[in-house]
Amino acid sequence: MTTFLQDLKKIDEETGHFGQFGGRFVPEALISALDQLEDEYLKAAADPKFNEDFQNLLKDYVGRPSPLTEAKNFSKHAGGARVFLKREDLNHTGSHKINNVIGQALLTVRMGKKRIIAETGAGQHGVATATAAALFGLECVIYMGEEDTVRQSLNVARMKLLGATVVPVTTGTKTLKDAINEAMRDWVTNVESTHYLLGTVAGPHPFPTIGRNFHSIMGVEARQQILEKTGKLPTAVTACVGGGSNAIGLFHPFILDKDVQLHGYEAAGDGIETGRHAATLSGGTIGILHGTRSYVLQDENGQTLPSHSISAGLDYPGVGPEHAWLKDTGRAFYHPITDTEAMDAFSLLSRTEGIIPAIETAHAIAGTVKLGKELGKDAVIIINCSGRGDKDVETAAKWFKITSNS
Amino acid sequence: MSLIHEAFSKAKSENRAALIAYLPAGFPTIEGSIKIMQEMLNNGVDLVEIGVPYSDPLMDGPIIQQAVDIALHNKTGIKEVMQIVKEVSQTGKPVLTMSYWSPIEKWGVEKYAQQMNQSGGVGVITPDLPPDESDLWITATDQNKIDRVFVVAPSSSEERLKLVTNNVTGFVYAASLMGVTGTRTEVSSRAEELVKRIRVHTQLPVAVGLGVSSSEQAHEVAKFADGVIVGSAFVKAILEQPDLSKAVVAVVQLSKDFARGVRKD
Ligand SMILES: Cc1ncc(COP(=O)(O)O)c(C=O)c1O
Repeated sequence: MTTFLQDLKKIDEETGHFGQFGGRFVPEALISALDQLEDEYLKAAADPKFNEDFQNLLKDYVGRPSPLTEAKNFSKHAGGARVFLKREDLNHTGSHKINNVIGQALLTVRMGKKRIIAETGAGQHGVATATAAALFGLECVIYMGEEDTVRQSLNVARMKLLGATVVPVTTGTKTLKDAINEAMRDWVTNVESTHYLLGTVAGPHPFPTIGRNFHSIMGVEARQQILEKTGKLPTAVTACVGGGSNAIGLFHPFILDKDVQLHGYEAAGDGIETGRHAATLSGGTIGILHGTRSYVLQDENGQTLPSHSISAGLDYPGVGPEHAWLKDTGRAFYHPITDTEAMDAFSLLSRTEGIIPAIETAHAIAGTVKLGKELGKDAVIIINCSGRGDKDVETAAKWFKITSNS
Repeated sequence: MSLIHEAFSKAKSENRAALIAYLPAGFPTIEGSIKIMQEMLNNGVDLVEIGVPYSDPLMDGPIIQQAVDIALHNKTGIKEVMQIVKEVSQTGKPVLTMSYWSPIEKWGVEKYAQQMNQSGGVGVITPDLPPDESDLWITATDQNKIDRVFVVAPSSSEERLKLVTNNVTGFVYAASLMGVTGTRTEVSSRAEELVKRIRVHTQLPVAVGLGVSSSEQAHEVAKFADGVIVGSAFVKAILEQPDLSKAVVAVVQLSKDFARGVRKD
């Protein structure tokens, strides 16, 4: 642990470097907007009024604190370990994404910008952003890969109902990665009027840091709730990892609790060995994507490789730089979960607890089944239940071959 | 004096701006890109920027994206880029590469600079690498005598202009507008202002790019800049031609038009 504390010194909050990871690899045209965002964030963080507004919105609009629900029936399938779900699925809009969105929307208003744009994969970040835009009276454009507009069509309809424009992205792999490219192109063109509300803890500094800080509320609450319920810290906390926002938000407040294990679960698609996966930390190499240095799925020419996952929200060939750093320092562990394992867990949680999770979240559920068996019945595990599965009902019905009369 | 500075001096002595053309390596084919760039340099273009194809070109508009897709489809990796640099450099004219940072970092920063030198290339433009992240790159390019070109934008603060220009060794690339590459009907009014602001910080030549798509526009830019960069207009002309020989004819014509455009008088 002393070595980890030494490693902690290698985080440079000011330039957004986590050891060798992070930084800013963006056109000069965006530097001033990133500087402005960072300045505004630092000012806001020190402003009691901002903190009060943020806390009030989280409480009265989002519905925080989210409950910590013990999953007693599910526990039997996870080696008898006590398992608690951090219920981000119960937030307004249905996932953890809203925490960061409310924070960044408040910053947008402070910066005097009238337009927000965002990328979305599963559509949860898009819905959260469209929601905040409606609340704050901002113009809103959401970029979404064409493939994702099909598999998450419910969320496309929600965004439109909320008054957002949804732009289907038809370039490249037609998924999250390409939606980010299009959002970046919009941003360099309209940066003076527009805030890019990036939906995960990837991208150039300061996005990974501010996203993590806005999401840390999950870990702060969970830490307090588990102490109240069990009188001690958990054995492990777990989360799925796409770009890494729900995971870092839960992990971060536990980082200095050296006995609490941190486990992230990535999408292994058909299996890492098949090459059709999105497990960046388990199967990628160090490189640059979307303005940051981290683990990336790419070839020897630095070309990004297409990722694959049944889960639109995890279908991304990059990952936030802080996770890359947590992996390399050995503080956190990351494991691959295949589509099949995730869908089995999706069904398991639905049937044992009456909670239908998002397919993204199902990866963390599947991972926890394995982890619980390893740690045994004395263990206490908190899973970030990052979102609800309403948006995934169609995909799941297809997977399980459910028809209206069977 | 480096080949780049020689080209700018020569243009200046002829009372014109230097004409700089951009083309992705491997577009429309690997052989085709070599042939086209040689013809450009024989018909009025002073310097060429060979684009390293990248899967996520987030500074590029639809025209260049389309060309880059074709180049990637043609399996144009860095090995092929270096071969193209070598062939085009035989014209004796300055050849630069332009690359997003991901390919260079993955290939190896030192190795890239070294291979550029061995292939006869003289400079590298890195549009998404700010000087703040450039320590290794600065060492590698200095050691291998490769000129560095960074890009500045109308949104750049004075402090940023100073930092960027202090680290440039070839020319300063001034993005004429806020946005991605592509053809535009007018030259942005912000370009002239930006060039003035850059000159406060450096004696190096300043070239203006993004959106210059006709010889009339090139002429306007030539009045205040030392170089005019044309990319999408060439790429568009090539995309519109079904076969290479016709594309070459179109590019030769365009090169001559732009070369007339960049005269200051
Ligand atoms: C419910 C849910 N969980 C997790 C994710 C993955 O994102 P991240 O890794 O940033 O938490 C998403 C993304 O869309 C999501 O909707």
